[in-house]
Amino acid sequence: MNLSVKIGTLTMQNPVTVASGTFGYGEEYSRLIDLNQLGAVTVKGIRLNPVRGNSTPRTAEVASGMLNAIGLQGPGVDGFIKKYWPFLKELKVPTIINIWGTTVDEYAEVARRFDALGGVGALELNVSCPNIKEGGAQFGTDLKLLAQVVAACRKATTLPLITKMSPNVVSIAPFAKVAEDAGSDALAITNSYPAMAIDIETRKPKLANVTGGLTGPAIKPIAIKLVWEAAKAVKIPIIGMGGIQNADDAIEFLMAGATAVAVGTANFFEPQTPLQVIAGIRDFMERGKISDVREITGSVQTGK
Amino acid sequence: MLEQTVQIVSNERDTDSYFRLVLRAPQIASLIQPGQFAHVRVTPLKDALLRRPFSIFQVEGDSFSILYKTVGKGTEALARMRASEEVSVIAPLGHGFTVPKSGGETPLLVAGGYGMAAMFLLAQRSPQKGIVFVGGRKRVDILCEKEFAALGWDVRATTEDGSHGEKGLVTQPLLAEIRNSEFGIRNYKLFACGPTGLLKAVGKIAEDFNVPCELSMDEHMCCGVGVCLTCVIPVKTGDGWEYQRTCSEGPVFDSRQTVWEVAK
Repeated sequence: MNLSVKIGTLTMQNPVTVASGTFGYGEEYSRLIDLNQLGAVTVKGIRLNPVRGNSTPRTAEVASGMLNAIGLQGPGVDGFIKKYWPFLKELKVPTIINIWGTTVDEYAEVARRFDALGGVGALELNVSCPNIKEGGAQFGTDLKLLAQVVAACRKATTLPLITKMSPNVVSIAPFAKVAEDAGSDALAITNSYPAMAIDIETRKPKLANVTGGLTGPAIKPIAIKLVWEAAKAVKIPIIGMGGIQNADDAIEFLMAGATAVAVGTANFFEPQTPLQVIAGIRDFMERGKISDVREITGSVQTGK
Repeated sequence: MLEQTVQIVSNERDTDSYFRLVLRAPQIASLIQPGQFAHVRVTPLKDALLRRPFSIFQVEGDSFSILYKTVGKGTEALARMRASEEVSVIAPLGHGFTVPKSGGETPLLVAGGYGMAAMFLLAQRSPQKGIVFVGGRKRVDILCEKEFAALGWDVRATTEDGSHGEKGLVTQPLLAEIRNSEFGIRNYKLFACGPTGLLKAVGKIAEDFNVPCELSMDEHMCCGVGVCLTCVIPVKTGDGWEYQRTCSEGPVFDSRQTVWEVAK
């Protein structure tokens, strides 16, 4: 039975990774799960310099999901290399580094730095964070800027490039196509949905940032549709994510057209989820006599 | 830190809206240090996904307990669970209190409401007995007095409505004790757990009287293990401040590190 998949030149031993921002820098969860069983570890978004992040409260629980507006708190490139890379580079599975910036040049510079580091599995361009004033989603919701930022990173590195797409667009197909044409090796679909919640007693928003990103099972059907639409528009592989809690959810993403999947919010409440998803995909393949996980990708029968 | 599905030994009402939950978890119980917490997934909750963090109250043999107040749908669902049902627990978590050394400072514990529970193990494991100041709005908010008294600690209760102990705020008898100290204030160490207002007031007293002080912070949490960066508080560093995680660098912080107001 083959569970391995390819994301550009990156080989994952199985199609399951974790969503950036839900898994820290890997080490935190290594005491609860065996990271070497994952397809890859995807770390929290990093820009050139350290980032303090947003005021608190930063998250709020909502029905079947949560809102977050962390503001990409992080150690910057140097802090990451010093503090977290020594652990990650020893793992048997690849590390996907999520990167961002406030300018096209900064994205490219961060890409160059990680290219020079050696041993990185892939770079994921975060052009879709809804919670920062500059950078993030402004690049993922403008076709021209998206093309520029992907092209600049493409020039800066030979590492596999994954573009993490914003869901906050009228149609994802043209954005997917632009990212592919600009040199992206894969797409990550999707990031959180802009959202808001209010405490009716205090009449205050539940997040200090007022708005945040909705994640968790609540967004799964919307994310499945985005993957399905994007898969029809591009030839490059898609890493599907949004509300995956179990193998059934992951298989839905694969059938919609994803080559791999990422477990996100579920890590927060059940850290074993990624391993349960891998085991469940294996079970599903055994039951269905499927010898290669890649046969599942795009196998939804819409009759269209 | 371990993640385990564990059985409920008992889950009974203590007073009013406070409950005591006892969980059988031999491997976890043996690892617990004073001031640490458990992150509990209340299995019957369907659309509320996140775990709930609770301070660890007592450790007895192969079990540990938590003392909680029903404050929302998570704790209400937990209160309906019965012995022999199971919950998933990640514990022990966080950086706890520094246990006083024999012959060292006299510990003064200051607790508000269920903050009292978080301090029991500290009192139990401290070779040096001290005073515990406990405050609440009314009589039912004063928890575990008997347990602390049984350890040989001097328990001084205050209620805002005067229905139990001295009438007023918990910081009043604390201040009186420090001011009237026959030992000299440098021989005290403060430990506090409770609402933010209480922690702030105790931190101020520590600063004014130059008494060392550890505060256990109560912040909204999501992952509990340091990845999500929900529970951060501003903490002094070198020449400025940074956000640190209540679940990992905390929940217990040195009061001199805390920053109560930061420019947004």
